[in-house]
Amino acid sequence: MSSSNGHHVAPVSLYLMVFGALMVGTILTVVVAKFDLGALNNVLMLSIACAKALLVVLFFMHVRWGTRLTWVVAGSGFFWLLILFTLTMSDYMSRGWIPGTLR
Amino acid sequence: MATLNYLNNGHGLKSWLLTKDHKRIAILYLVSITAFFFIGGLFALMIRLELLTPAGDLLTAENYNKMFTMHGVVMVFFFLIPSIPAVLGNFFIPIMIGAKDLAFPRINLLSWYIYILGGIFTMVAALSGGVDTGWTFYTPYSTAAANSHVITAALGVFITGFSSILTGLNFIVTTHRMRAPGMTWFRLPLFVWSHYATSLIFILGTPVIAITVLLVAVERVLHFGIFDPALGGDPILFQHLFWFYSHPAVYIMILPAMGVISEVVQAYSRKNIFGYSFVAFSSLAIGIIGFFVWGHHIFVAGQSVYAGMIFSILSFIVAIPSAIKVFNWTATIYRGSVSLESPMLYAFGFIGLFTIGGLTGLFLAAMGLDIHVHDTYFIVAHFHYIMVGGAIMGYLGGLHYWWPKITGRMYPEAWAKFAALLVFVGFNLTFFPQFLVGYLGMPRRYHMYPPEFQVFNVLSTAGATVLAVGYLLPMIYFTYSLFKGAIAPANPWGAKGLEWEIASPPPTENFPVTPIVTHGTHQYAPSKEVGVV
Amino acid sequence: MSDGYPQAPTAGLPGRVAIHGAGDPHDGHSHPHHPKLQHHFDDMAQQAEASTLGMWVFLVTEIMFFGGLFMAYLLYRYRSPEGFAEASNHLNVIWGAINTIVLIVSSLTMAMAVRSAQTSARAQVQVGWLAATMVFGAAFLGIKAIEYADKFEHHLVPGPNFHWTGTYPSAAEQFYSLYFSMTGLHALHMIIGLGIMTVISIMAWRRQFDAHYYTPVEVAGLYWHFVDIVWIFLFPLLYLIGYHYGAH
Repeated sequence: MSSSNGHHVAPVSLYLMVFGALMVGTILTVVVAKFDLGALNNVLMLSIACAKALLVVLFFMHVRWGTRLTWVVAGSGFFWLLILFTLTMSDYMSRGWIPGTLR
Repeated sequence: MATLNYLNNGHGLKSWLLTKDHKRIAILYLVSITAFFFIGGLFALMIRLELLTPAGDLLTAENYNKMFTMHGVVMVFFFLIPSIPAVLGNFFIPIMIGAKDLAFPRINLLSWYIYILGGIFTMVAALSGGVDTGWTFYTPYSTAAANSHVITAALGVFITGFSSILTGLNFIVTTHRMRAPGMTWFRLPLFVWSHYATSLIFILGTPVIAITVLLVAVERVLHFGIFDPALGGDPILFQHLFWFYSHPAVYIMILPAMGVISEVVQAYSRKNIFGYSFVAFSSLAIGIIGFFVWGHHIFVAGQSVYAGMIFSILSFIVAIPSAIKVFNWTATIYRGSVSLESPMLYAFGFIGLFTIGGLTGLFLAAMGLDIHVHDTYFIVAHFHYIMVGGAIMGYLGGLHYWWPKITGRMYPEAWAKFAALLVFVGFNLTFFPQFLVGYLGMPRRYHMYPPEFQVFNVLSTAGATVLAVGYLLPMIYFTYSLFKGAIAPANPWGAKGLEWEIASPPPTENFPVTPIVTHGTHQYAPSKEVGVV
Repeated sequence: MSDGYPQAPTAGLPGRVAIHGAGDPHDGHSHPHHPKLQHHFDDMAQQAEASTLGMWVFLVTEIMFFGGLFMAYLLYRYRSPEGFAEASNHLNVIWGAINTIVLIVSSLTMAMAVRSAQTSARAQVQVGWLAATMVFGAAFLGIKAIEYADKFEHHLVPGPNFHWTGTYPSAAEQFYSLYFSMTGLHALHMIIGLGIMTVISIMAWRRQFDAHYYTPVEVAGLYWHFVDIVWIFLFPLLYLIGYHYGAH
């Protein structure tokens, strides 16, 4: 279904399904946190958060039906954060690896 | 008598202060950044005067700290970063792509007002006693110990950052969505490519320094322990966050200048650029890889050796696309029909001085060498070779190249050549001795130094005086040209590009009808279609 | 010429660019166009595309802006995982979860608002969805205010009044520094979002949006959804660290 200028109009049912999925994700996140799964806790919670964010981006923000440029722009922001995180943590996590140096 | 153009289309202060015309906004920026350049230069003058003698006799240590801090803050944030993009980029990007204006004209004007607001904050900080932390605001000094106006200055930088962000946003959307029919990416002038790469840095980097200086202010006021070890914070985290932006920021300063050089070198060699697509992709590579090297500023501050090695190798790699550009400009000039008008003199100066600055950057990328010269005048010389010998020469070259188009007037060429010579000689006299004295061990950011370094400092101050004259001359003859300069034709240089095919000065709407583009921009010889990948 | 310039050749290469007479229909305003079309754009489609691309580029800057705080969080949590878990225990998961649900509902109503403009729904319908979004946004802020007041009462605001009775006081103060910075910045964005929604609602009430022109609603929606996404990450990272150690 398209509006008169050709842009995709999503059906209400789709929005409601996404909403439902987001609710399920929220409940799941809280439930998972109650159990001590060690490192898996973090992995699961971040995965659920990423999945929820992806649903919002794709469907509420219409990227699913957008141009490839929009995909690239949206993706680049998150990718650039990863660069900040990874390279900075590479410093902190490797401190003291070389014996005899404080750093 | 004068035909209608953007300068006389509408009179009065309101028509300028509420303009949506990208060309008028460029002029607003031109006037303001010139004022800030002058202010930053005054701070430099104080530094060089103090350093004439080994004793700290002109300024107290604290006041000297304020001088180099304000010099850095004003020059970096209020001159170098906006200069070419906000003046030449704003003016020419829409014209070069065949558009009537940028995508968001009102946001363009807003970015200028935000810039002025940030400037006011910073000037208030300067006038109420200054800041003494260095332009780098290192913690915990800036958050816990400094008695100066850190918050005001930090807010000034924070606010001005949004001016950059909006400019970058405008350029990116404009380049993607406003190109005239037939103006494909590989037909664009290289000036546009370099500004696109610069805009990527504006968008991805500036917000990080924004949050960082905001946190400095928060920590100073609310004593949240983010960067202060006494409150449980980590000062190296500040440096990581600060340099994540501030290293790419130096590419913000140099990429637009490289774009100018690409244009100027073709015009005055009457030859297509050698390796168009290599130069275009190198701009992107510099912008992107430039985000991966910031740790080379933290080699001696406590960063791990392993991280240092990663950043070191990446810093070597980032030099490659810059080198590709230097080779390609040289190959363009080789066997070209070269003429030495003043813009070309600045281009030659750029290529030589940028190469020296860039090579010394490679020395610094090697951790072993950096340990010895970090925080000495070697570093100061390195970055001034790039930012002054490179970026400012690129700015001046571009200003001269496009002055006839912007103003409709020719400047006196003999004076321009003389000024270019003074700038080149003055620059080298100022900064080459600093390589030597830095290597010999003179530390930076001190108002006194051991007497054996005096000769170098005297040469440097003498050079700075010559350089200052070289910078003042254009201010004088450009102003003179506005009243008495010869009327410029549409294309005084015989150059290629959409901007040369419209009147000097251009009409407000740039093109009476949208151009249809059928060839690449730079066609100095009837060669095959360039840049087809 | 008198200024010493060599005579520049005035003839360029033939026929590269046709500036005059090439099919541009926008000369002389002889044609009708949408009243909201700005004149540097060729048509409404280009204007809409440019506007949404512009908002996406702006959202990338927002990602990097919040990203600095997430970086600080990452580092300090890596350094004191137990301390952060202990500190997180004092946050009320129920309020946090309710706030998460409130924002998700507001994203749904926002998506419906955009859709109502896209489908040329009546002004009352559009304003209704926008108002619902604002109500949920305000509810979020109200709950935040309740939480903040609770923190003040329990001496959990970093600074001279901070008082921690657990095992890791330094990590706790750091945690709460980040808690207030991150949720504070987020709340500021919510407030700005409410301001934007007010303006959009007024425009919708004045019947400015329909299938031909709804870009401001769409662009405002993108901003609103982004603020929701930031919270989607803040909730587990701040509220759910030490949850499995047993809520207080």
